[in-house]
Order: sequence, then structure tokens, then C-alpha cells
Amino acid sequence: MKKCMLFLAVVLITAGASAQSDKYMAAMKNNIAAIDTSFKNPASLLTLANNFERIATAEKNQWLAYYYAALCHVNYTYTMQDKSKIDAVADKATALIDKADSLQPNNSEISCMKSMIASSHMMVNPMQRYMEYGQEISSYLDAAMQQDPSNPRPEYLRGQGLKYTPEQFGGGCATAKPVLQSSLDKYNKFKPVSDIHPNWGKQRVEMLLADCK
Amino acid sequence: MKKLICLAALFIGLKANAQTKISGRIADVKGKPLGGVSVALKNTYDGSTTDSLGNYSFTSTETGKKVLEATLVGFRSFEQEITLGSASLHINISLKELVTELKAVVISAGAFVASDKNKGAVLNAIDIVTTPSANGDVTSAFKTLPGTQQVGESEGLFVRGGSATESKIYMDGNLVNNFFYSSTPGIATRGRFNPFLFRGTIFSSGGYSALYGQALSSVLVLESKDLPDRTEADLGISVVGIGGGIQKLAKDKKSSWGVSYNYTNLLLGFAINKQKQDFFQIPVYHQGDANFRIKTKSGGMIKYYGYISGNKTGFRNPDIDSASLKDAFSIENLNTYQNINWKDNLGNGWRIYAGISYSTNKDDIVNELQDAANQKQVITTPVFYAFKNFKVNNRAQYAQARVVAEKKLNGLNVIRFGSDYFYSNEKSTYTLYDGTEFPGTVKDNLVSVFAESDIYITNSLAAKLGGRLEHSELISKWNVAPRVSLAYKFPDNSQASVAYGLFYQNPDRRILPATANLDYSRAAHYILQYQKLTSQRTFRVEAFYKKYSDLYKTSVNIAGRESAASNNGFGDAKGVELFWRDKKTFKNVDYWISYSYLDTKRDFLNYPYAITPSFAANHTAALVIKKFVLPWKTGFNLSYNFATGRPYYRIAYDNAQTKYVITDAGKTINYNSMSFSVNYLPNLGKTNPKVFAVWVLGINNVLGQNQVFNYNYSNDGSRKVPVTPPSKRFIFIGCFLSFGIDRTQDAINNNL
Repeated sequence: MKKCMLFLAVVLITAGASAQSDKYMAAMKNNIAAIDTSFKNPASLLTLANNFERIATAEKNQWLAYYYAALCHVNYTYTMQDKSKIDAVADKATALIDKADSLQPNNSEISCMKSMIASSHMMVNPMQRYMEYGQEISSYLDAAMQQDPSNPRPEYLRGQGLKYTPEQFGGGCATAKPVLQSSLDKYNKFKPVSDIHPNWGKQRVEMLLADCK
Repeated sequence: MKKLICLAALFIGLKANAQTKISGRIADVKGKPLGGVSVALKNTYDGSTTDSLGNYSFTSTETGKKVLEATLVGFRSFEQEITLGSASLHINISLKELVTELKAVVISAGAFVASDKNKGAVLNAIDIVTTPSANGDVTSAFKTLPGTQQVGESEGLFVRGGSATESKIYMDGNLVNNFFYSSTPGIATRGRFNPFLFRGTIFSSGGYSALYGQALSSVLVLESKDLPDRTEADLGISVVGIGGGIQKLAKDKKSSWGVSYNYTNLLLGFAINKQKQDFFQIPVYHQGDANFRIKTKSGGMIKYYGYISGNKTGFRNPDIDSASLKDAFSIENLNTYQNINWKDNLGNGWRIYAGISYSTNKDDIVNELQDAANQKQVITTPVFYAFKNFKVNNRAQYAQARVVAEKKLNGLNVIRFGSDYFYSNEKSTYTLYDGTEFPGTVKDNLVSVFAESDIYITNSLAAKLGGRLEHSELISKWNVAPRVSLAYKFPDNSQASVAYGLFYQNPDRRILPATANLDYSRAAHYILQYQKLTSQRTFRVEAFYKKYSDLYKTSVNIAGRESAASNNGFGDAKGVELFWRDKKTFKNVDYWISYSYLDTKRDFLNYPYAITPSFAANHTAALVIKKFVLPWKTGFNLSYNFATGRPYYRIAYDNAQTKYVITDAGKTINYNSMSFSVNYLPNLGKTNPKVFAVWVLGINNVLGQNQVFNYNYSNDGSRKVPVTPPSKRFIFIGCFLSFGIDRTQDAINNNL
């Protein structure tokens, strides 16, 4: 009986532990997969953001859950029609990414996210906010490149920004293309640390490049 | 058997628990369903998000006591302990809206708030420098807003029937004396400060906060910038002078310092723009300033700003009483201003704002009667000619200390209270043609205490209640000034406000020392306002009534100058004002229109009875249009200012009746002025440009329309001469360069 109890305890503990991490991995994978289709229904981004936030608060020390929660909020701001409401959502994303940052300092992906949040704030009133947020967007991208030169996302974000900047302001395809191309080269070599680590943006870069042909 | 039990136990142990279904509906306190609410079982993965009808539903395998949490941006979080078993749970939740600055009603009656952080932004630094009629002058830009008069013959803001002395200007809470360069007869001087020093401005045309006093009509509150975005140097060259400066931001972005120097010489400007005066001393200005800003550990800021300027000018006008004589006026001015202030979070919702300022001003004015060969003439018959030779030497010192404490209560409710102390010592010596000196010193110690609270009853209804107590040594009496305003926000985000307040002011130093004991002059403001603000459009309409009492009356003192003699003056002003700004309708076009109707009469100074003062027009309007053409990297700005004619009077002392009488009166022609400017930004959008250049071409009064501000009368009243601008047009050309020193890379290296 003793043996049985011991056996039972070991099985239950290991099963429990692996169930815990399987559960985390499964939940993350499910929700990450759902981000790809969320653009058809922007409101679902909020649902996903909430899902990630629940995972993050339950797990407490998984920076990726906070990261994706922030990503969903930021993506949601890009779809918002009422610009005056963007600041509140972007502030929520900042609160989440700050938690990720404290769990995983000096991370290139987190710097990218901060740059994206600054873009959200800038969209509220680009003419008036350019001076403040333009600087922020750029310095976070610089930091992201410094923190991980192999990460394709900082160049993707910079290239995308350039492509949508009018030519008179030094943007357009001509300046965006080399940056996007360099990003694509990095995407081709990029291997995410795990199934749930950030691995998004390649298709979008290809699309932007195709647009610039 | 044992093994069987063992397996069974294992099986049961691994078998998932029974599921509980949790569902419900989430709405706000009014019952409106809320979508996007995050519903979660705390510390588990389980939860859901409400749909657009506010419904949520999820299942959980958890058992026992858990906390159900509902959260939504802008609402107070909801938590409830629930017990999970096998039975389904149906939980409806009502969320309470947080009172937040973004959503809440803004108490705005009488005030135009302008800053980049504020939703109600009306004019910011860029707006000021791109308003062509303003020529980069802070207060001139406010002349395109309703409530202000198009007064061109003297400086200052004439607001809602008030004279320029009734408008006061505050920088970071401290009163700025001599905000404008010293007055010159018939020529409006500019403000001393560069618009880019300021992050935000609040222009209150009435009903302003209890934090400010000593202004019967209006206050302009300027808030200086915090830390600059980056290290930058700039250089400006124009037809009026050259200037340059540097702002250095520390690597840790926690402190900065800056210095700048400007040299203005109007030699070239006057060569291009012929002046009607004969300048024997071309206006020359030297101006230097320095600042530092330090961020404190608790998120506060210590800021210093120091300024010194010296300038001189001198010009001749034909003498009004004679055919061949001339009046020569010259002034030398030296002015210093120092302001240090500290704002900080003290924790527990307390904030403190403290500041001290010190300033000095020195004016040396010489006026001479000259002949055709520019030689001084002292003619004693008739004696009034002799009085045209005089000197005025002013020496003034001002010091101020101010502390305001602010406590944030729940929500947006705030109480503020504080005190300020103001010391002034103004020495003035008036020297007659024969050398007789009339020295006069006016000293004052002005102490005030004030308190104010912002009370948010709901997100839609707010009140600001305040009061101010002042004691001036000069008057040696206390005054009590209550201030009240209420604002209500409608469901469509438009809002209505009402405001009431009492305002007191000491006599202007130009009519001091007084010949009798005086009381404070007083104004009561009643304001009704409706406004609708979106990020791209502003509409507001405001009606006001202003009652003046105890205004200062003057009589001629022994030196032959007007000085305050009693508080028997009175008056009133009423009007309606409209403002519309739209950045949306036309692409890349920003325009605003303001209109003011004013009906005012007053009896003050030497007026024989209540009349419409010569600084008040019935109808005033302004239109400003700005269009930026991206492909050309060029901005085109146009402004048109209009006002109906203003009254003018010849007021003279009648010896027979022993009182002042009006011997002649009239109305000036309507005022029309169209100004135009072009800004060209060749480096716009270059990635990391080393130099950022702005080229400016501005033309004031493009159409050369005739403008008459007032009339001057000869001594016997037989002749009158119109007061007109010094030149028909003014053409300005300049280039402003900034050199951004990008230290992003350094910042990253230091932080890693």
C-alpha cells in the first residue's frame, strides 16, 4: 500500500505539474493562433487580450502572457475608429508591457511593443504629437535592434512606418524597401525560442515588399 | 485487490472535476450593456469577455471558493467571492464609471485652455508663431480669440471692456510685471518672452480661478516647459536681428539647462518698412536668458528661468501744436526677471507648487521739444510748450513668493489652498523743463490667501468653489473675493457652464501716488457658456455681464500729472462671443473664426461721466486660416482682423466749470487688417537631419488698409491728428535653424 501511495503521489504530482505547463502551453498556443484571424473581427482582440491577461495573472511570472495581452490591445488601437479613446487602451497596454519588462528586462520584443504603443498614442493627433512620440517610437526601435540584432521585427516596424510616411517627409517605398528587405532576410533566418515566443510579421513584410515592387 | 484500489484511486485522481457554468450580463449603473468587459476567476485561466450586449458565459473546472472579477478600462473593477460546485451560476454585474480627466466635464467658463496635453487645446506655441497677425508675439495671438480688442496704439490685452492694466500675466504661478517692453507713445510694444518657452497657456477672459487676483478683467496664465525632448541648438536670422541658444538635456534625461541670446536691431527692418516716425535711435535690444530644470525623485520638477534685457529707442514726431517743431521721445530700459519654482508629489495625493520670483525694471525717458534742426527748445509762453520737455526715471523692484498645496480626494475631486506675498517698490522721478524734480515712491506689501475646490458630483456635473482674501498695505484693508463656477456635460459631450466671481485690483502705478485714501476697485463677472469640443473641432458661445464699481477717478496733481483721487468711478460691460475652430472639414486646413459683441460704458480716470471708453469697439471679429501643403513642405497662413470704429474724445479741464468736459468726440473708421505668412520647412521628414530649417516670410496688413486707432488733440483742441500704425505694412523675412543633437544611442548604451 505504501508503494501504491508513493506511486500515486508521484504520478499525481508529475501529472499535475506537466498538466500545469501543458495547460499553459496549450492555452497560449490556442490564443496565439486566434490572433491571426482576429483582424476579421477587431472586437475579438479584446477577448484575446483578456484571455492572455488571465493567463498572465494566474501564472504571475510568464512575461509572454503579458506581452501578448499588450500586443492584442495595441492591435486593437490600430482598428479603433474613435481616436479620442485610443489613449486609454494604449495606457492599458503600457501597464501590461511594464509587467513583462519587469519579468524580462532588456528584451528586444518588449522594446518593439513599447514602440508600437508610442505609435498608438501618436495616431490620436499626429500633427501635435509627432515631436514627442516620433522620438519615442524611434528610440525604442533603436533599443530593440541593439538588444537583439537578429530580431526582424524592429526593422519591420521601422520599414512599415517609413512606407506610410509621405515621400516629402522622407518616407515612401524608396526608403522603406531596404529596411523591409533586411527585415525579411532576418525573418528567413529567424528561429523562435519556442512555439509560443513571438513569431509574427513575416507575411506582412512580404506584403509590404510586394506593394513596393 | 490493493492494486485495483490503487488504480481506481489514480483514475479518480486524474479524472477532471465537474464543470461549472458561469454566465450573466454586465451593464453600467444606468443599465446600458457593456461590451469588452474582462470577466475572470481570479488566479485561474478561466473567464470570458462580454459581447456587445454585455453577456458573458464560461465554464470552469475549479471548485470551492473563488473570486469573480470584472474589469473594463474606464470603470471601477468589480470583485465577488463565489462558490463553485456543480450548479450553474448566473451573476449580473453593474460597473461604476471612474471619474477620469478624459471623460469628465471641464470647468471652463471664461477660460481658453491651450496645451498639447489638454483636450481643450485652443492655441499652442506653434499656433502662436503661425498666426500671421501675431508676429510671434504671445499676447497678439490671443487677439484672434473672442473677448479681446484690436488695440494697436498700445500694448496689452483689452478684454471685455477692460483696460490693458486690468489684464495680468502669470508665469508658473508668479505674476510677471513688465511683461511687455516699456511703453512708447503711439506704438504698441511686444511681449518680452518667446512663445516656445511655454508648454501651455490658459487665457481667461473672465470668471477666473481664486488662485489669481489683482486683475479686474482677465488673466493669461503661462506654464513653462518641463524637460526638452532632446538636446538642441538653434539659430535665427531675420530682418530684425539675430539670436541663438542651446538646450542641453542630461544623458539620464532627468535634468536640462539652456541659455539663449538675442540681438534685435531694427535698422534693416526699418529700411524695408518705412516708418512714419523719424527714428534718431533705431530700436536696439539685447536679451539673454538662462534656465535649468531638474526632475525630482518623486516625479516633481524644479525649474529656474532668468532673463535680462536692455534696449533703447528714440524717435521724433511732428509737434501737434506748431507747424515746425518736433516732439522727440527716447527711452532706455533695463529689465531683469528671475523665477524659480518647484512642484512635487508629497505622496498620499498631496502635491505642492512653490515659487519665488524677483524682478527689476529701470526706465529712463527723455522727451524734448525740438526745432527743425533737432535742437532742444524751451518755450515758456505759452507755458504748455515748456512742459513738453521732461524726464521720467523709473526704478522698480518686485519680489514674490507663493505656495499652493493640492490634495487629490477620491475621483477627480481636488482641494487647493495657498498663499502668496508680493512686494513692490516703484520709484519714479519726474523732472520738469526747469529741473524741478517730483520724486515719488510707491511701495506695497500685498498678502493673499486663497482656497479652491473642484467637486465632481458625477462625471457630468462639476463645481469649482473658491475664495481669495487679499490685504494690500497701500489700501490697508482686506478684500474678500468669492469665485464660483459650475459645469454640466450633456450626453453628446457638449457642455454648459456658469461662472460668477468678484475681482479686486489696486490702482495702476501710473496714477500713483494718490492724493487721497483709496479703496480697491472692483468688478463682478457673470458668465454663461456653451461649448462643444472634439479633437478636431471647437465650438463655443459665451455671454457675459460685468459690473464695475469703485473704479479710480483722477485729478491733476501739483506736477501737472493725473493721479488717483477717489473711488467714485463705475461702469459695466455686457456682450456675446462666438468661437469656432475646425481642423477637419478641409484637408490640411486649420481655421478659426471669432466674433465678439461688446456693449460697455464706464466713468473712470478723467472721464466727465460714463462713456464708452476709447479702447472698446462694439463688434470685433477675426479669421485665421492655415494650410499646409505637404508636397511643397510649405505652410500658408492668413489672418483677417476686423473691428468697428472705436470712439475717441477730447477730454479737457474746464476752469470755468471746475470740472472735466468733453469738447469733441467722434468715432474712428472701421479697423481692417489682413496679414499673411509663409513657412517653408525644407528639411521636413528627412531621417535624422542635422539641421532643421524654417524659413518665414510674413506681411502685416498686406492690402495696406488705412487704420486709425485714435486721435490726438492739440492743446487748444483746434487740431486733431489720427494715431496710425508706424508703417503701412510690415514685411518680415527670417530663417530659423535648429540643430538636433541626437543622443538616442548614448542613452541606450548608458541604460544597458
